[in-house]
Amino acid sequence: MSSHLPMWKTLRNEDMSKKKRLLSETTFDHPLKNVVMERIPRRILGSTPSTGRTTPVSTPVTFTDPLAQALKKLDPLTELIQEEMDPLSKMAAEMDVVDATFTKKDVKMIPKEKQLIKTDHWSHKKAAILQKYTTSEKLSMVTSFLMEGEKVVVKAQSTAVDKVQHRLEQLDSFEEGPQRKLDLSQAEYLHKIEQLNKELVHAWNSEQRVKSLKIAIQCAKMLADTDVLPFYPSKFVLITDILDCFGKLVYERLRTKAEYYKPGSKIPTPLPENFTPDMVPDTAKETCLNWFFKIASIRELVPRLYVEMALLSSYNFISINEYPEALSRLTEIIQGIGNPLVAIYARCYLCRVGLSVTTKGCEMNYLKNNFEYFLETYQHIFSRSVKGELHKQKITLGTYMTLYTPALDFIMESMVNHLPESILSDLLAKCKRYSNSSLILNTIMSGFKPTYVAERTLQFLSMIGQCTDDGIPLHSLLRTLGLCVTVCSPPAEHHKPILNAVWSNVAQLSKPAEYISCIEVWVQFIAQNFSTRELNTVLSDIIDHMVPNRCYENHSVELRNIVQKLVQHTSDFESLLAMENFLPLIDLFSEESTKVEICKLILSSDYFNEQKTSDAVITNALMFLGTILHDSVNAITPEDENRQIGDILCNIIRAVDFGNDFEQQLQFYVDARGAFANLDSVLSQLVQSVNLLAVNTRQIIKGLHTRKTGDFVRACAAYCFITIPSIESPKIRLKLYLLSGQVALFNHCLGQGDACFKAILSVIPELPACMDTEGFLLPFVRQFLSTLLVVPDNPERGVLSLTRMLLNVLRNFDWNQTNCCLVNIYINVVDLLSIMAQDVYPYHVDKVGSNDSLWGSDPRFIEEIDSMTSIIIGEILNLLKALGQCRKQSQLAAELFLKISIRADLSVPQTSGLAHNLWNLCLKNGYADIKYMGKIKDYLTSKSLKSNNRHLLELIDKLELPRY
Amino acid sequence: MSINLDLKLKRADKVYSQEEVISGVIEIVSNSDFKHDGITLTVEGCVNLQISSKNVGILEAFYNSVKPIQIINLTCEVIGPSRLPSGTTEIPFQIPLRPKANTVFYETYHGVYVNISYSIRCDMKRSFLSKDLQRCQQFLIHYKPNSPNCPQLPLKDNRKSVTFELSPAKLTSGAAGAPDFLLKGYLETVCCSITKPFKGHLTLVKCAAPVRSIELQLVRVETCGCAEGYAREATEIQNLQIGDGDVPQNIAIPIYMVFPRLFTCPTLITTNFKIEFEINIVVVFEDNHLITNNFPIILVRE
Repeated sequence: MSSHLPMWKTLRNEDMSKKKRLLSETTFDHPLKNVVMERIPRRILGSTPSTGRTTPVSTPVTFTDPLAQALKKLDPLTELIQEEMDPLSKMAAEMDVVDATFTKKDVKMIPKEKQLIKTDHWSHKKAAILQKYTTSEKLSMVTSFLMEGEKVVVKAQSTAVDKVQHRLEQLDSFEEGPQRKLDLSQAEYLHKIEQLNKELVHAWNSEQRVKSLKIAIQCAKMLADTDVLPFYPSKFVLITDILDCFGKLVYERLRTKAEYYKPGSKIPTPLPENFTPDMVPDTAKETCLNWFFKIASIRELVPRLYVEMALLSSYNFISINEYPEALSRLTEIIQGIGNPLVAIYARCYLCRVGLSVTTKGCEMNYLKNNFEYFLETYQHIFSRSVKGELHKQKITLGTYMTLYTPALDFIMESMVNHLPESILSDLLAKCKRYSNSSLILNTIMSGFKPTYVAERTLQFLSMIGQCTDDGIPLHSLLRTLGLCVTVCSPPAEHHKPILNAVWSNVAQLSKPAEYISCIEVWVQFIAQNFSTRELNTVLSDIIDHMVPNRCYENHSVELRNIVQKLVQHTSDFESLLAMENFLPLIDLFSEESTKVEICKLILSSDYFNEQKTSDAVITNALMFLGTILHDSVNAITPEDENRQIGDILCNIIRAVDFGNDFEQQLQFYVDARGAFANLDSVLSQLVQSVNLLAVNTRQIIKGLHTRKTGDFVRACAAYCFITIPSIESPKIRLKLYLLSGQVALFNHCLGQGDACFKAILSVIPELPACMDTEGFLLPFVRQFLSTLLVVPDNPERGVLSLTRMLLNVLRNFDWNQTNCCLVNIYINVVDLLSIMAQDVYPYHVDKVGSNDSLWGSDPRFIEEIDSMTSIIIGEILNLLKALGQCRKQSQLAAELFLKISIRADLSVPQTSGLAHNLWNLCLKNGYADIKYMGKIKDYLTSKSLKSNNRHLLELIDKLELPRY
Repeated sequence: MSINLDLKLKRADKVYSQEEVISGVIEIVSNSDFKHDGITLTVEGCVNLQISSKNVGILEAFYNSVKPIQIINLTCEVIGPSRLPSGTTEIPFQIPLRPKANTVFYETYHGVYVNISYSIRCDMKRSFLSKDLQRCQQFLIHYKPNSPNCPQLPLKDNRKSVTFELSPAKLTSGAAGAPDFLLKGYLETVCCSITKPFKGHLTLVKCAAPVRSIELQLVRVETCGCAEGYAREATEIQNLQIGDGDVPQNIAIPIYMVFPRLFTCPTLITTNFKIEFEINIVVVFEDNHLITNNFPIILVRE
């Protein structure tokens, strides 16, 4: 076989090696050295030109990283402006910018924003109401629509005559059909309402306007009925949605049907969106009036009110002055509703509709009037009829009162948002007359601006104390007040008395549900304003309340909120973790998933980004929480969840720092490995951390290991070597092996390093054969090769045993033929081998003798290398041949040509001939990059002249370059 | 071949008054030209009276209905026999509204026993092979306030507000079955403008039993003269609920009613018939006991 092999003799220029010695000495002060040196010194050194180039490297005197510079400074343009401008004009310029942004906002944003606030204000509430007010009781619905489907099914098999008759009947029942009362569950009820809504729209679209009006009236009629009290607010939301839809349909139809002649135009167009009443033609006004006449004759009070409110926006077709008149009239008419709950919701709807038709400047007094009318009729809530109904439905007055809050809160909020402040204080004075009414107190606290309430927290607390009626229960009141206090802190001098007052009240609460709903809110105030001592007491109190009867199982949502608030608002995170009662609180979460969520919540706190800890208690706490997280991972955990948990655990590992107590640090890593053994990302973080530890150790002792430090770094290396195999991904394992090997080498642990490198060789075959792998393997092998240069040969094995084994492994790897990854690697191996043949290697690991000093350029060693190179080149040529003529072949041939002409001793005619052949091969198939080849030729010429290499010159003379 | 005949009035609300000119266009749409034997316009207006079956026998009520009183019956020829071109032809017209001798225009009114209606009709005569075409439009008559021979009641000066009090003691039917209650009420006026809502308020000062509903009832009182004498009938026009359920006490509940169009007109008293209106305030208690307070009202157009 050797006869087929090309002859190889590495070029070993004596002059050059001398110069290179100089060169390599200068590179010890490589400018980048102090930046990254600590970790992987050798690789950095390797970046110096290791070719035989004689150009001396000039070392810059001071080195600044251009990136860091860019970060530190402002961009040059702003800098320029700042330097050039005098302070006055600078100020002016800044003002301009501010003004510009403001005016822009003023013009464009505000109308939109307002619109948003208006609608969002309610839509937020809507969802909350639907969620909160539900029932499991049967709901009844009276309707004459929606029944057709069932009837059809019943009579499906009748004869044709019957069918006609049946259809006629159906039509009749449709028009004035007998109304049926249905008993429905909540879900069915929702479904029916949805169906009614569809029916309404359908009827409207099929020109049956009277039918859709009838549906709207029937819907509104349901609101007069409070048969299932706890569901009423939700019913209100659902039905007003339908009414809104109806109102919109009428409005849009009136608008588009109205034939409006634009000034100067004769073609009728629909009215523009923002029309004014004087643009409306008479016919449209007439139609609109007809609608209102029709509505005015609806017999029953509640449907008449609601339908008129739904159509309120259509008053715009008649005249501008209709709104205020209609609003105040409707406000009064609501007085006629006997059921206070129905009345307050009607007021709520009126305010909502009113807000959508009136603009800011308009008369907003109807809001205030509505609230005042409610105050006037307040005592009616405790009247005989309400009591009778509550008795019938078996509902406590407290629960009943909470049904009022959504509507009242909405009215109050609208008032606060749209009326001047002065009216609010006026209102407060009025409310004080009813001060012992819990409902109104609650409304004020939730409706008024939190700043306003927070300032008067103590006052409100005393008012809560005086509440005599059994309306809104104490815990709800405290909760509402707590919400204000959390949004806006009361004055500092009040903190202590507030806490005492609240605590004395909270202590009275015996039911766990009441207690926890109250604490849930107040815990934020305590966490923000008081020390750990108070907080700890509170936590212990929570635990005391929650543990009996396993109450905590029912209140995990509240407990979760508490923990969240603690984490968010405690200034001192460490002391929170160190708190006696914090971890027991976490233990209250019985459900696994919630517990995991809580741990995530705590451990993703910002704290980890900034601080390190060495405290044993905190470390313990962190490990405890981390273990919960880690143990939650199993085979079916989703990828993203795994990653998230991995990140959190890595953060914990990074956050624990024992400073110079390296042994304890390593001990921690050992424990962490034991605890978090299932996650790849955590294990690799651990290996990285331990490697860092080893490098740091070396830094401190400046490379001179004592016995103790030597043992320690060996322990580190052993740790890495043991840990890496449990990682699943082969790629990560490879990278970590290489890193650990490098670190071991750096710490003079030759045996350990060797073991790591050998491990790499056994892992490479595990890689799956695919594009992805090759993309990874090429740079990785290059990195590995540059490391191999400095790894001394193991005397027990042959010359360059590692390199040989690597080559064998690579050759047996299942490569994709067309990519020629292997050829690329081989070409790099040629580079490595020829450098290995030099007298002095371009870089070394400090205090580790490489092969250059080990073998001292022994001729047998050189010979060995040369024969290896020959084999490699032979392999490359075979592969090139197998590749066939293509661009890739041409490129690779050019590369190989370059390597040969630089690295090989061209005095051997066979080699020189090979080079020449390769050159021709490049050109032959027509894929050659002529420009590049020209560059190669120029470079070689200048190089040969400089080094006075006669053989190279001869070779160059022979090279032909086609001209285009 | 299809011919479409349409009659369009100029006013969208179709409201006119005596001595005014009713104007509009006759619109003929055809896809080919055609012949006709003349187009005429007819304005008709009359009072139809019917006698309630309560006062006379059913058969008599059927056959013996009082002869309608014609107010206006005008016919005029718009165009003589001729050809009309294909496409849309618009023929504008104007007709002054003048009543027959010795009559006046009454306001449009649709009741049970009295109907006052006006219409304008367009007839197109065709050759005897094709069908004649006809189109009819109702229009409304309103009084013009302060015009000379207006038949509505002279405006009385009694625009005073009315207050009332109801308690079991004041009930004409006696206090039997009624719970102890006191209802105070206030009406802005009983001489009302027909275009303005009827307003007032009432307050339930005390009430021993819960209220089920408080309602406002608008009633028409129609009187027809006939051979056998007068027949007076009161029927409900509409009934509005103003209080629903057990209304709060000592709180003023507004009384508010819009007078419906067509079914109301200014109070009318003529020699042959009368149209009058009343309002009832009805309180229904939980046990369905019912009390009613009646207020005759006078409607005028201003």
